[in-house]
Order: sequence, then structure tokens, then C-alpha cells
Amino acid sequence: MPKAILYDATLCIDCKQCEAACAEQNKNPYTDAIGKEQKTSDHKFTYVSDTHGDKYMRKLCMHCLDPTCVSVCPVGALEKTKAGPVTYDESKCMGCRYCMVACPFNVPKYEWSKAIPRVRKCIMCPDRVAAGKPTACAEACPTGATMFGDRDELIAEARKRIAAEPGKYVPTMYGLNEVGGTSVLILSSVPVDQFGYPKAGRYNKPLPPLTADMLEHVPQVVTIGWAVLGGVWWITNRRDIVSDAEKKDVKP
Amino acid sequence: MNIKFPKITFWRVVFVIIMVAGIYSTYLRFFHGLGASTNLSDQFAWGLWIGFDALCGIMLTAGAFTLLAAVHVFNVESWRPIVRPALVTAFLGYLLEVFALMFDLGKPYNIWHPLIMWNPRSPMFLIGWCVMVYTSVMALEFLPVVLKRFNFTKPLRIIRMLAAPVVITGVIMGVIHQSALGSLYLIVPGKLYPLWYTPILPVLFFISAVAAGLAMTIFESTMSARHFNHSLEKPVILSIGRVLTVVLIVYGVVRFHDLFKTGNIRYALSFGYESAMFWVEIMLALFIPIALLVVRKVRENPISLYFVSILVVIGFVINRLNVAVTGMEASSGVHYVPRWTEVSVTLMIVSGGILAFGLVVKYFPIFTHPHEHRAPVGGAKPASMPPSVLPATAR
Repeated sequence: MPKAILYDATLCIDCKQCEAACAEQNKNPYTDAIGKEQKTSDHKFTYVSDTHGDKYMRKLCMHCLDPTCVSVCPVGALEKTKAGPVTYDESKCMGCRYCMVACPFNVPKYEWSKAIPRVRKCIMCPDRVAAGKPTACAEACPTGATMFGDRDELIAEARKRIAAEPGKYVPTMYGLNEVGGTSVLILSSVPVDQFGYPKAGRYNKPLPPLTADMLEHVPQVVTIGWAVLGGVWWITNRRDIVSDAEKKDVKP
Repeated sequence: MNIKFPKITFWRVVFVIIMVAGIYSTYLRFFHGLGASTNLSDQFAWGLWIGFDALCGIMLTAGAFTLLAAVHVFNVESWRPIVRPALVTAFLGYLLEVFALMFDLGKPYNIWHPLIMWNPRSPMFLIGWCVMVYTSVMALEFLPVVLKRFNFTKPLRIIRMLAAPVVITGVIMGVIHQSALGSLYLIVPGKLYPLWYTPILPVLFFISAVAAGLAMTIFESTMSARHFNHSLEKPVILSIGRVLTVVLIVYGVVRFHDLFKTGNIRYALSFGYESAMFWVEIMLALFIPIALLVVRKVRENPISLYFVSILVVIGFVINRLNVAVTGMEASSGVHYVPRWTEVSVTLMIVSGGILAFGLVVKYFPIFTHPHEHRAPVGGAKPASMPPSVLPATAR
């Protein structure tokens, strides 16, 4: 059963416990100064946005069902695991940063200050998930704003909440259909694009087919190209051989 | 003691300054990281080294596969004299591109990973393979020149037998590589400005590479003729000019048909940074060159053709930078200007390329006399071209 995270922004109190737990889990530094940083970076994989008064919003990797980063990585360093998390293998990575350019949510970050840099992002605590535990952020959340569980069950729960208090939420659950669905689902009382997310419905289909469909033509291009060029070459070459032979025949 | 110092000339001084700055930038890049040596950021992860070194660098080598296909497959005998210089340009271009990637890749020592770690869904994976296969193919195609130079002719027969498959593989890989560079940007529909984002980007990259490659061939042949003091193949240059005209018109039709079909042409009619850059690109790459080339006098004069080809090259260089930089800025929220270290590494690589080209031309028979033209591969007949050449001194 694929796992997911449900973040209900209306329950969030900006305590930043998720940030601290995430930093501890991923061995990142966490200080008051870092707590105030309003962006994800190579040392901060999630943050709570507090720029809209008492409306808060978390930002973290969306763990797409068909992740763009996974599809563009030339060496398969990024991987969508069956359990849900999109993981990163730094030993495979060659540092082309295509994942950063391609990600529709601008999630992957880079260690620009290091001589041997890595891509850094939320990897949804794959070790904890494999051990049947919730992610560090979900476990740390005191209000239940961040919940961890089966994606199907979380979707049902989110639908129940929207149905129970129709006026409270933006009626669409963010991440249900975005880029073909994500493993992070967001409920909010204000549209998420106010917090820097792409507008709901901006991408309703997975992005990977945009390039993958094109690449499917490559074997065709190679075979047809070979047939055409080879054929033309054979004809032109044959013409030369024939005309050479004819010349020899004329004046032996 | 009689040590001969090389003569100090303006260009040699410039070259030394570029190299010294480049080596210092190289030190910054590898010991202090990409952050210290570039203006790249989490918002803007690809800059000059991808936009210019990779996209433009590879585009400008496209003359090679175009001429290889024309001469070795379609038997356009008259173009044979310029195949070899174009091949040298492309071969050096690819080697330099691999060298440039060492700077841009965060972990350059993992550059070989696509060999064993496959992801056929990624255009970047495809590009890695294109670079490897095409560079090997060009090495094979260039090998006979080297072997002949050292009178080591035995392996030549084997290479000749492989000639056709090698040339055809090279042409196909070249074509795929150019389009794959365009495919890179298909994945960013929400990020690349609509004036450049289109599903036919791979096709546009391919056609424009052929145009820029041909323009580069004209430019280079003229420059080399002047600099290395051999004669310019006037009829060849003129016939390439005619083909260039056709390719430019085809590109213009495809590009504008797409812009009108998608309705994105409306972005070109508003005032702004992107539309200004779009028109600079279109003017230099398309409108001015086509307007000039349709005039018979311009088209049939090698000197004016030389200047038109410079316009085309600059125009399409701006096109690639527009895709890689201009078009990606608005969505990223940052304005990217390369740091001096980025520019200096690029300059170092470009000047290294020019120097290497000069050395290859000096020590290998690249610009052979028209009467002695022989196929670099393929063992086809020597060209039966009339010796109507423009003496280098006549210009």
C-alpha cells in the first residue's frame, strides 16, 4: 500500500516541530536562525510559511506518483519507491542538476558551497517508512496537521473533512491530480499558489511523457535513418562502381 | 645560449591572459565549488556552461554530419573539400564539450555513469550516449588522416570497410543529439517562456543546428583560407550559401507556423525583456540573413556570404541562450548574469579550441589541394572538381 502525507494547513499552528524533527532525522543543523529561513535549501528540506498572517503552509517534496525528477535523471539516482518516497542515491549522481531544472515544484536543492556537492531534498524518511513508522515530521506534529498513512485512506479522510466543513477548505485537494497525483496531499483554506506552489490544475497530467514519448521515437529514427541513408548510400555507391566498370570496358 | 622567445603579438597576449584567468577560475571551480565559481543558484541551476558551452557548442558542430551525409551518402562530390575541416571542427567541438562538462557537472568523475546506469526515459541519458557514440565515430573517421600522416596504412583497409556504417551511424547520432538537446526543455512547460516552449522544440533545434552548422562552415572556411593562407573553395562556399538560404526559410516557416498555431505569437507583440530578446534572435538569425540571401548579388559573393553567415551564427547562438537563460528567468524569479569565472572558463575553452584547430590544420592535411582530394573514409573517387578557386590573396 503506497504511503502518503496529508497536510491540513488549517490545523497548523506554525510551531515548526516538523522542521526540527526533519533536521534531526536528516542530520541537518537546526538553529533559531535556520528556523526563520523561509525557503527549502541544502540544509532545510521542509519549512512552514508564515507570511500570510495566521494562514500557514508547509513546503516539502511532493513525492509525485510519476516524478519528473526520476524520469529526467540520466543515471537513475532518483527513484520512486513502491512505498511512496522518492529517494536519492548520491553515489550514482553525476551532478547534472536536470532534476532541479525539471521539477515542477522546484524541490531539489544543491550544495553549491561544496567541492563535491549533492542534491538535497525531502526523501520521506524511507528507512522509517520501511520500518512501519510515520515520517519524522508527521510524528513530531502536535496538532495532526501533518498526518502519515496509506494514500487511499488519507484521500478518504481529506474528502470527509472537506464534506464536513465545505466553507472551510478550498474544495480541491492539492496533490490529488496535480502532475498525475502526488504522495503529499494538501488541504488549505487559501489557494496554495499564494505560497509559491504552481496553481491547482496547472499540471493535471504527469510531466514525464513530455520527454519520454519523444524518446520512444529514437529506435524508429535509428532504424528508418539507417534504412534510408544506407539505401541511398548503396545506390550512389553502386552507381560509381558501375560507371567505373563501364569506363574500364570502353578502353581496355 | 640562444633561447628563442615566441614573438609577442596582440593575440598571443590576449590568449595568455585568457588562459591565466581560466586556470584561476578552474582552481576556484574545483576547490571552492560551483557556488564560489558561478552565479548559479537553487532557482537557476543551469547557466552559461549549459547554455553556451553545451547547447551552442554542439549546435555549431552540426556542419559535420550535414556535410558527411551530403558527400558520403548523397554523393554531393563538389562539397568533398570541406568535409574534413568540418569534421575536425566537430571532433574538437565534442572533445571540448566533454571538457566543459567537467566544469558544469557537480561530480565530473561520475560522467561515465550513463554507460552502466540506464534511464532511457531521460533526454540527458540519450545525450550522454550521443556524445560517446558520435565522438567515437568521429575519431574513427578522423583516424585515416592520422594514420596516413604517419604512414601507417595497414589498418586503413579495415577502416575503409567500416566506412559506410560508421558515416551513417555518425549522421544519425548527430541528428539525434541535436534534437535531444531541444527535448531537454520539453519537460518544463510551466517554466520556459511560451515564445520558446513548444512541443516541436527538438525539430526546431535540429533544423537550426543544420543552418548554424552550414553558416559556421562558410565562416570557418573563409577564416581558415585567410589565416592559413590556402585558397578558398569559392564554388563550394556559394553552393553551401544556397542550401543555407533554403534551410533558413524552412526554419522560419516551421517556427512561425508553430507560433501562430499555438497562438504564442501574441507574446512577441507585447513589450518586454523576452519579446525584445525574441526579436533580436529572429532578426539576426532569420529576417536579415534571408532578406540578404534572396538578393543574388549577396548570395553569389563569398565576402558578403561570410558576413551573412556570421549573422546566422550569432542569431542562433542567441536563440540557444534565449532557451537556456532568457526564457527560464521569469519563472525562476531571479535574473541570471554569469559570473566572470564562468565567462573566463568558457573563453578558455573556446580559445583552446581555436588553438587546437590551428595545430591540427598545421600538422595534418586538412585543407588539401583540390587535385589531391581524397575521401577521409570510404575510398570513393577523388573529387573531379574544376580547380576554380579563389586565391586567398585576392580578398
